[in-house]
Amino acid sequence: MANNNDITHSKKYNIKNITKSSAFSSFTAALMAIFLGMIFGFIIMLIAAPEKAVAGFRFVLLGGLKRIGDVFYFATPIIMTGLSVGFAFKMGLFNIGASGQYTMGMFFALYVGFMMDLPSGIHWIVAILAGILGGMIWGFIPGVFKALLNVNEVITSIMFNYIGMYLVDMMIQTNETMYISTMARTKYLPQSVQIPSLGIQGSNVNLGIIFAILIGIGLYMVLQKTTFGYELKATGYNKFAAEYAGMRVKTNIIITMVIAGGLAGLGGALAILAPSAIAGSSMTYEPINRIAAAGFNGIAVALLGSSHPIGIIFASIFISHIQRGGTLASLVGYKPEIIDVVIAVIIYFSAFAMIMNAGLARLLMKLVKHDDKVPNNTKGAE
Amino acid sequence: MENYIVEMLNITKKFPGIIANDNITLRLKKGEIHALLGENGAGKSTLMSVLFGLYRPEIGEIRKNGEIVKINNPNDANDLGIGMVHQHFKLVDIFTVLENIILGVEPNTMGFIQKKDARKKVVELSEKYGLRVDPDNLIENITVGMQQRVEILKMLYRDNEILIFDEPTAVLTPQEIKELLQIMKGFAEEGKSILFITHKLNEIMEVADRCTVLRKGKYIGTVDIKDSSKEELSRMMVGRDISFTVQKEKREPGEVVLSVRNLTVQSKNNKNNAVKNVSFDVRAGEIVCLAGIDGNGQTEFVHALTGLQKSTSGNINLMGNDITNASIRQRSINGMSHIPEDRHKHGLVLDYKLEENLVLQRYWEPEFQKGGFIKFDSVRKYSEGLIDKFDIRSGQGPITIARSMSGGNQQKAIIAREIDKKHELLVAVQPTRGLDVGAIEYVHKQLVQRRDEGKAVFLVSLELDEVMNVSDRILVIYEGEIVGELDPKKITVQELGLYMSGAKRDNIKENNNGE
Ligand SMILES: Nc1ncnc2c1ncn2[C@@H]1O[C@H](COP(=O)(O)OP(=O)(O)OP(=O)(O)O)[C@@H](O)[C@H]1O
Ligand SMILES: [Mg+2]
Repeated sequence: MANNNDITHSKKYNIKNITKSSAFSSFTAALMAIFLGMIFGFIIMLIAAPEKAVAGFRFVLLGGLKRIGDVFYFATPIIMTGLSVGFAFKMGLFNIGASGQYTMGMFFALYVGFMMDLPSGIHWIVAILAGILGGMIWGFIPGVFKALLNVNEVITSIMFNYIGMYLVDMMIQTNETMYISTMARTKYLPQSVQIPSLGIQGSNVNLGIIFAILIGIGLYMVLQKTTFGYELKATGYNKFAAEYAGMRVKTNIIITMVIAGGLAGLGGALAILAPSAIAGSSMTYEPINRIAAAGFNGIAVALLGSSHPIGIIFASIFISHIQRGGTLASLVGYKPEIIDVVIAVIIYFSAFAMIMNAGLARLLMKLVKHDDKVPNNTKGAE
Repeated sequence: MENYIVEMLNITKKFPGIIANDNITLRLKKGEIHALLGENGAGKSTLMSVLFGLYRPEIGEIRKNGEIVKINNPNDANDLGIGMVHQHFKLVDIFTVLENIILGVEPNTMGFIQKKDARKKVVELSEKYGLRVDPDNLIENITVGMQQRVEILKMLYRDNEILIFDEPTAVLTPQEIKELLQIMKGFAEEGKSILFITHKLNEIMEVADRCTVLRKGKYIGTVDIKDSSKEELSRMMVGRDISFTVQKEKREPGEVVLSVRNLTVQSKNNKNNAVKNVSFDVRAGEIVCLAGIDGNGQTEFVHALTGLQKSTSGNINLMGNDITNASIRQRSINGMSHIPEDRHKHGLVLDYKLEENLVLQRYWEPEFQKGGFIKFDSVRKYSEGLIDKFDIRSGQGPITIARSMSGGNQQKAIIAREIDKKHELLVAVQPTRGLDVGAIEYVHKQLVQRRDEGKAVFLVSLELDEVMNVSDRILVIYEGEIVGELDPKKITVQELGLYMSGAKRDNIKENNNGE
């Protein structure tokens, strides 16, 4: 007699599954994507200046290690926007509006920093909370449009990136307490609103990175362990089934967008409230009518990390590492513009490779025998 | 020696935790209709997917006309003249019928698609075989029956001569089934060879020349249909005798559980009313069946009843509570269970594990969560219980991803979930679609047992046998109106058919003319 069912009911499925789990395969896929990105980055450096390419690329790869504090400091906002994009994506929403939410968060934090006079123990905390609030508002609006009017969140998010950016630039430029028009930037923030530093010499790294990592872990718990996470993922996978199961899909869409907005807003606050390594100064905001890059980097790391909070943390640190290393490549004579291009190529090519990964994996699968997986495109494989 | 067009020899295909095909041999003669029979999860779809190049077997070889061939992907299969209609169709919803048919083999000159030639060929094929389709309509707008004809035309368009049909009749109305079987016979007469998967023994007896039976991944045997019987086939398949009639005692219905008054529901496709002024009661301890030809408002009615769609006017009352505008969760709490018509769209989150799907309606109950955190231990224990009780078969038990399960076992998972949930009213829409005879017997027993426990059962079915066998009372729906209330013991199938086709109608008590 066949014994399929005996196998079914035995407990040994757990062990075998580790190597086959999706987290594991996402991880190897990400490594492969990064590897491809690196190769392309290197090719660009070769084209730009063949004789310096090896030395320059070495900086890109390893330079970050010498500036580990800065790597973490610059990773902080990317982690937050990455979590924002990844979290919304779990519900099937594409939050391309992380930039606007990030900028809003920054503005709210700045506003509290300049306009409110609070004791130094709580000033920065209130400013951070305000930043979260700012981002939440900017996530809430596209969420409501999506949930109640079924307007695609991508369109509203893009619009709100621009609205947010121009609005913030305008409000800062017209506020004399915040803005120095001769320098075209905000004034230095008071010490009381700067986040406590972690005390690494010559770097801005501060408590923010700890917050970001803790929040990433927290989100992971929410997604894996709570009924809210269960509903969220169910809706992302199949919103009809979620509705059938009595989940409040519309409310959940709004809540998800508010949380995503809050995460990106916190990223903005953490970036602007960071302590400066130079005494008596601070981070500043320059209203130059440009959409914050943090939002787009967030999309890249969310892709690279497969929307998995822990994956996003690592992807952000990696990207920050490449960026820091890249700035050092100018030591061997690369122009900053070339380096920017190389970094962008590495980041976006990696992210792109991740998208292509499904197709790529299928291709590889065909070459390998004993393929056990359902190809992604043949749904149900019945 | 016989001449076989296709031979699959000693095929073994494993999935994590399960051997889906264990040393199976199947030989197909030219011009025959060869049925493939087996319980849910026996490995039929897997075997056919191997032949179609979707899976590669670990062991075994495939021969065509005696020569060994390698089929590594569906394109290879196509080059060998092998085509397949899948259990769950693989059409692009937002493309037209024509675009779907030519997808991948578009005739082109220098990269520009030449739709005119394609259209001509499609129209010719469709006329020749009586496969009515509407070339310019989008897939998402056409009926399941027509979608299937599109899948068949896809094979014909590619000049396939070996045709695989994976449970083609599971989604069709009785009329469409008749047509399809006729078309299949026509193919065979023309010399095309057909592999036909179905759970309906009548269909096998009617069209097949031979039948191969699988059980739990293993080959049981191949028989000539003319020397065989339904009983023999089902015994080969499940290893015991199956009763085709439903045993049930007479029972007096109790209190009213569900009461529908003057319900009107708009159609999903246009502005007309799909359900018109429908009124009836369902009492505790009875099985009431809504019978009708597909597309007469059943779907809309069930959606309004279960909360997936709003009703235009009228009232729904469950256990004394007005639930006309209640949320789906509220209806569930008030005692409604719902086995949905479309298991992939509504019934399952295919990318969730089996255990996560088994608590889809109940994850929020204190049994499965505390303070918003899911109690995974309870979920696991509960799922293992259901899997055992309902014999849900899969490779990895509770942690199997629903998508990888066989179609019938997906259905069993839904049934298990809905029956086991506390309920007063069970709304079961085509609950036995895609199930093997053993599982059907089990589900029918379950429905009768709910009734005997004093629950109300509201069954929607297109299967006349099921309607006649299981129900205590039949309501016939025609063009959105209830045109007859019948006692299955007092009428014949023919009479029922007259009501369903609108040829006959009664005046029902609350039926105060819809328009
Ligand atoms: N892609 C897959 N990954 C993992 N397991 C699979 C996969 N496809 C099928 N299986 C498993 O292999 C077994 C056989 O499945 P298959 O779909 O061939 O059954 P079937 O005979 O077609 O059943 P049904 O009548 O229910 O459609 C099942 O236990 C199923 O869970
Ligand atoms: Mg199948």
